[in-house]
Amino acid sequence: MEPSILLRIGYAAISLFVITNYGLLLIGSMARISAKVQGRVGQPVWQPYIDIIKSSAKRNSVGHGVMFYLGPVFRLAGGIGTYMFIPAVFGSVVFRNFSDSGDLLLVMYFIFFGQLGMALGAGEGGHPYSAIGVSRGLAQMTAFEVPFALSVIAVAIQYGTLDITSIVAAQQGGFAHWTLATNPLAVIAAIIAFLGMSGHNPFSVVIAPQEIPIGPPTEYQSNLLGMLQTNRAVFNGAKLVLYMNLFFGGATNIPVMVIKTFLIYFINIFVGQAFPRFRTDQSIRFFLGVPTLIGIASVLIAIL
Amino acid sequence: MNTTASALAERYGARNWHDQRPDLASVVLDPSKLRDALAWLRDFGGYKHLSFATAIDNIERGAFTLTYTLRNHEKGHNLIVHCDIDRGHPVMESIHLLWEQAWTYQREMREWFGIDFPGSPRVEEEFVLEGWEGPPMMRRDFDSLEYSNATYAERPGRETHDPASYMKEKLYPEVAG
Amino acid sequence: MSDKKNTPAPLANEGLPPEERGFFCDAAPREYAPAQGVLEDFYNWARSQSLWVLGFGTGCGAIELRPLMTSRFDMYRYGIQPRPTPRQSSVFVIGGYASVKTLKRIVRSYEQMMGPKFVVALGSCTINGGMYWDSYNTIKRIDQYIPVDVYIAGCMPRPEALLSGFLELKKIIREGKAEGQNEYARNFDWYKANQKNVIKDWNMPDYNW
Repeated sequence: MEPSILLRIGYAAISLFVITNYGLLLIGSMARISAKVQGRVGQPVWQPYIDIIKSSAKRNSVGHGVMFYLGPVFRLAGGIGTYMFIPAVFGSVVFRNFSDSGDLLLVMYFIFFGQLGMALGAGEGGHPYSAIGVSRGLAQMTAFEVPFALSVIAVAIQYGTLDITSIVAAQQGGFAHWTLATNPLAVIAAIIAFLGMSGHNPFSVVIAPQEIPIGPPTEYQSNLLGMLQTNRAVFNGAKLVLYMNLFFGGATNIPVMVIKTFLIYFINIFVGQAFPRFRTDQSIRFFLGVPTLIGIASVLIAIL
Repeated sequence: MNTTASALAERYGARNWHDQRPDLASVVLDPSKLRDALAWLRDFGGYKHLSFATAIDNIERGAFTLTYTLRNHEKGHNLIVHCDIDRGHPVMESIHLLWEQAWTYQREMREWFGIDFPGSPRVEEEFVLEGWEGPPMMRRDFDSLEYSNATYAERPGRETHDPASYMKEKLYPEVAG
Repeated sequence: MSDKKNTPAPLANEGLPPEERGFFCDAAPREYAPAQGVLEDFYNWARSQSLWVLGFGTGCGAIELRPLMTSRFDMYRYGIQPRPTPRQSSVFVIGGYASVKTLKRIVRSYEQMMGPKFVVALGSCTINGGMYWDSYNTIKRIDQYIPVDVYIAGCMPRPEALLSGFLELKKIIREGKAEGQNEYARNFDWYKANQKNVIKDWNMPDYNW
């Protein structure tokens, strides 16, 4: 029985609320785990909440025109839009979001859309280092989209559909049905692209903290920064859920989703703690090299 | 070294050659012959490296003593060349065509002592301080404390706990003020 | 933003060449009223738990901030984080002596921070000139140029002293007494006159926001 559109919007709001909280707690707990690895106590797990409250409680803010305000709005719209068309929990009415209204290509579009909006807004800020960060970010994004798109094509060919719910449905029934087992090359290419997407070392030259200070969000403050911080949580959560659905078998209930996305995020942290930063041209050359070949190989395997 | 000393004395009127250490010697020259002597030392004496160039404010005899430290890397020997110029009208020839790095030292000397080096690149620009409107700071007749008291507001209630003056007051009160 | 009867006269911005004055705003800073009651207490609690320090080491005191980031003293557990840009930071740590050249940059960075903003002054040089009390180039009291919330005495104070100072700052914030931004706006003319007295080559707007 199909729930009414108002009820679905309500469910989608609940789902968005859950993923926002999950994303914020994920950021906080990852910071604390990294701190423990470095032998110190670290910030409390709920620190991202306090940061957002503090940013929103600032008493004044500086604007640089309409596009400057629209930058974070686009970014947040991109984050929410990415999440809205991915089913968070397979088979659940509440967490289905609007995944029957949009397919995998729409989700990939939203991933790109947020970054573009941010680029326009950051350029309007007038800070020269924002422009440097933006050009680096777009260049790196163009590079890692190649292995990502190739692995998505491989998955789409393998399952014969672009609808995420069907892809998850085809992976039910145990480990042997996951894409990880049936097409591991696609997973490898996509995980390497994920490292580039998340902006951790070695691909953190976009933000490059302390170098250009912090890249595109340099001029953003107060409420706008609060929006960007919220988006960081939502967007991270959305990407993790997408990866879980495409490559690791999806989730049939919330605890499984939490465990799987947590473990996928761990890959980022492991690699990030061990590597220094690549320059932009090095990372572009890297992405267009071995990961692209792996992606092409995975497409060929899926065809054959 | 003695060949260098005698050659300098003969050609450029250098005097007071003093061997301070086996690897350090100093000599005094006149300003009119300084540039030629430095060029000769660089090209024929083996002192290819200009290590340092600064000035000393000899206010008692009314002169700035310009000091150039040269180094001979093959022999490992340093030579300090002194040269007195008039304190009332401190102008000196620039040596930036002999060693390029001299432009930095000369710019510093202009800001801190007021010694002008006409022709040296960018010697008129500010070097360390921005918007400085007072006298050159390294001159010994510039009273830093007086300038500081006049320009920067102080917080009242500063007292000193210098042990020497405290003990002097305690033990010899008739001497301490 | 609509108390028009209280807006002061526009700033002269005389330090800028005439063709550039149109690019810079000429509005003087204004005071911002805090929220009321429980809401302001909640905001103050959040502000005290999330102190973002501007990563600008103005003097030798900056060397004492770096051990705080390491494992032994660990300021992250107090919610203190270094941020690279004044737009995003709320605490400005004046690390020791402030020469006139640095003071120009301190003023510029302080005015670019978003309120409520707090200043922690480290070392004796900010209090009465410290070791450089007879220098022609360093100022002797930083609170004549920007408002200060907490002084931490020492030359240099050890990292434990710094953490104790930050805890004192948190206490002051939670009591609602850390209104440096409003104090700066209220006494803007006095602060600006002091600054222009020592900073001789003023080539920036009168208020850099």
